[in-house]
Amino acid sequence: MSDIPVTSLPHAIPHPRERMMSWVASVDHKQIGILYMTTAFFFFLCGGVEALLMRAQLAFPEEHFLSPGAYDQIFTMHGTTMVFLFGMPVLIGLANYLVPLMIGARDVAFPRLNAFSYWLLFFGGLMLYFSFFAGGAPNVGWFSYAPLSEKPFSTSPGIDYWALSLLVLGIGSVAAGINLIVTILTLRVKGMTIRRLPLFVWMTLVTSILIVMALPALNVDLVMLLIDRKLGGNFFAMAATGGSAILWQHFFWAFGHPEVYILALPAFGIISEVIPVFSRKAIFGYGYIAASTVAIGILSFAVWAHHMFAVGLGRPWDVAFAAGSMLIAIPTGVKIFNWIATMWGGSIRFTTSMLYAIGFLIFFTIGGLSGVTLAVFPIDWQVHDTYYIVAHLHYVLFGGTAFAVFAGLYYWFPKFTGRMLSERLGKWNFWLTVIGFNTTFMVQHALGILGMPRRAWTYPNLPYWGILNLISSIGAFILGIAILVLIVNIWVSLKHGERASDNPWGAWSLEWATSSPPPPENFEKVPPVRSRRPLWDLVHPDDPDWLHGNA
Amino acid sequence: MNRYKLAMVLFILSEGTFFGLLILAYVYFRATTGSEPIAAHVLDPLKTGIFSVCLFASSGTMELGIKSLRKKNFAGLRFWLVATILLGATFLVGQGMEYLHLYRSDITISRNIFGTSFFTLTGFHGLHVFLGLVVLLIMLGLGMSKDFLAKHETAVEVASYYWHFVDVVWVVIFTVVYLWVFL
Ligand SMILES: [Cu+2]
Repeated sequence: MSDIPVTSLPHAIPHPRERMMSWVASVDHKQIGILYMTTAFFFFLCGGVEALLMRAQLAFPEEHFLSPGAYDQIFTMHGTTMVFLFGMPVLIGLANYLVPLMIGARDVAFPRLNAFSYWLLFFGGLMLYFSFFAGGAPNVGWFSYAPLSEKPFSTSPGIDYWALSLLVLGIGSVAAGINLIVTILTLRVKGMTIRRLPLFVWMTLVTSILIVMALPALNVDLVMLLIDRKLGGNFFAMAATGGSAILWQHFFWAFGHPEVYILALPAFGIISEVIPVFSRKAIFGYGYIAASTVAIGILSFAVWAHHMFAVGLGRPWDVAFAAGSMLIAIPTGVKIFNWIATMWGGSIRFTTSMLYAIGFLIFFTIGGLSGVTLAVFPIDWQVHDTYYIVAHLHYVLFGGTAFAVFAGLYYWFPKFTGRMLSERLGKWNFWLTVIGFNTTFMVQHALGILGMPRRAWTYPNLPYWGILNLISSIGAFILGIAILVLIVNIWVSLKHGERASDNPWGAWSLEWATSSPPPPENFEKVPPVRSRRPLWDLVHPDDPDWLHGNA
Repeated sequence: MNRYKLAMVLFILSEGTFFGLLILAYVYFRATTGSEPIAAHVLDPLKTGIFSVCLFASSGTMELGIKSLRKKNFAGLRFWLVATILLGATFLVGQGMEYLHLYRSDITISRNIFGTSFFTLTGFHGLHVFLGLVVLLIMLGLGMSKDFLAKHETAVEVASYYWHFVDVVWVVIFTVVYLWVFL
């Protein structure tokens, strides 16, 4: 490269077609991060429409709005979409954008591999949705239990599409995970030691290790299923020729439980960045948060069979997996206390981002507590496959992960775009989300305890079932309106939003040291890193963190 | 830390998990199902053993190639790469002959759980050997230029990591699938 700083070169205004091309051919981590996030948001809307269709069908007893076959396809696509096409890509995209900036790097370790990962997501997602036009979408639930997913019981090509596209997505995720790990371990700017990494980077590191180690379990399951379906194999057949349907469940949940933490840990990372900044206090117990994450990462591989209490694995196994699952609540609880202690005595600014972070604390804790009740396997037997499970997982994944994603969106949007999101629309968006979310899912705990099975197309008019379902459906549509407000907010703010300064929130991590949005090369000069809060040190040369032994 | 080596180590960890679970599935079915035919009645450990020796030896020739590379003996590297590729290809030919033999005795992937798990496990391994051969061929092609080898020593080293991995996986598969028949 020449000595002329890139920013001082004249910018030609690109032809629209070239602008398009600059995205398609991009290997820049910021552009790829944005591509990941917008693709994920698009699929979030698809999954959201599917959720509304389901709630419309369930609003009243014995309704015929959807056919049973359509309903099966829609709940399967909803789950698959939200996990693989929204949850993972939005978090990987966020990490893609932020990790290099946070560690003072120019890009990820392998920019072309990064683009490859993204395009696998793009085409994998298209392939999954193409199944609607190719003979029907998958219709056996997002975990496709064998033997139902086997050829004799499900001839729909949707399941082949499901398995193939998840393989494509899985390969992309593993590549992205490897890329992020190598980036974090090898590209940190001088002074950015492992113990000074922003917690979001810490969480990304552990998540990426989980991705690299857990996705193969899903991939093995998928290739075995495809061999059964396409080549007449006998893996999960349960016939005289051998095979075991339980093996599908073991391998699926050996992936599936770590997957929960793949979706939760980056959310913890977002919360650990947002809460200190809006409490005007450094994070409380940095070391505990990082260490408890490592503990969660390890434990998450040892609790999978708590999804299989109804299989009848035998009492000793049930006890072991129940104990392990309860154990995992401890490192998670440690984090909740750390975040509350960070807020304690801070001067809190109730921005939309902070409100979402506080919402996360409350609703994720509720989801965590119902999770502990499910680890008690006699309770699990009672509510297995009911709406209690649906309520639990949505408190964890919507009240937890999605709330954190929204907190992160309001927090980093100025960095991504150079414009602030409207706080006024933000407050509407937040409160409608809180009301819609709780109205939808709180009553589902009760429905589950009353025995309403999940994934049932419709239901008889039993006492309370009608009214509770109607409340839940109304909540879902309020949630839909909340998301519309968010879309309007993004749309309006992109065009007319208040211009963002480099560091509009007075934050302390390196991504705020560069312009908003950052130039292609990220930094003209990375500020010295001598503590966990380099920008605090920069602004307070008389009272830097590294003087207090926080280095 | 070299980023290419680290990335390959992580990739191998991921692939290792994949094979570990396939092997686990094989062992599980081997131990729990008695559906005929089973490994002991149809596999020929001696014949496959001879071809396996080729694959094991290819790890040695690969390492000799890396030694030459470190000494900047590029002609030596090319020689050992060719040897590695030939040994790897011999192994694949052996596997092909074995498959053909089994197929002629009507033992297929759909016959029973032994067929399914055997062909899946060894097939995925064979596929990995094949991909390794492609990588080594690319290294050999690029290695015709001195410039490349002088600048990209790591590329060849990283390829050798992958090759050793494929070899180690076969040590486990050979033990579990072929030597177990003697028990
Ligand atoms: Cu779990």
